[in-house]
Amino acid sequence: MKHFEITSQAIDPDAFRKQLLDPACGAYVQFDGWVRNHNEGQSVLRLEYEVYEPLAVKEGQSIIDEAIERFGVTNACGVHRSGLLELSDVAVVVGVSSPHRDAAFAACRYIIDETKARLPIWKKEYYENGQAEWVNCKHCGHREHG
Amino acid sequence: MKNIKVRYFAAYREETGVGFETITTGANSPAELFAECATKHEGLQSYSAALVAINDEMSDWNAALSEGDEVLFFPPVAGG
Repeated sequence: MKHFEITSQAIDPDAFRKQLLDPACGAYVQFDGWVRNHNEGQSVLRLEYEVYEPLAVKEGQSIIDEAIERFGVTNACGVHRSGLLELSDVAVVVGVSSPHRDAAFAACRYIIDETKARLPIWKKEYYENGQAEWVNCKHCGHREHG
Repeated sequence: MKNIKVRYFAAYREETGVGFETITTGANSPAELFAECATKHEGLQSYSAALVAINDEMSDWNAALSEGDEVLFFPPVAGG
């Protein structure tokens, strides 16, 4: 198994894990990302992910393929939510199975880090004070491209 | 001059007030095109961590533009 998907439905981490079961693998590493109730000193009530799905799926699949190639793991999958999420909802899950644990840990870390940096996914946080903000933009500075 | 389709996402869509537009431009690259769009849409900000795609392929800000291309402007991403 090696695929990446975007879903607007709730993610079931246990069902996700089962698709990566493999008798050739002695190690399984899974990362679950949850919706947190605070960020940058603000109380977060809920959040919304906007996803440009055609490219997010394509780029996510590239990351999965890179991880398999680079770390030699047997199976790797990822799933990321779109739409409105409540506190403690599962936002993202990455799972890797491999004969041994070192490669599984490294590949899982690689996939979640690259997912955050490269996929066209944006997070809008809704705060207790009634405001809402796209995360990151306020910290990026205004330097020119190129 | 080229006709280029431009799509804005997330904060960029809100800053411009449009999700999509077609622009007739002399811009040779996404960087030049963005600068032109920023003069048209007050509030459209240039971020160092912004990304760009052309025709659903991640691209470079200095890539070449061709007639009919669809350019996607992505403000800094925040998945996970």
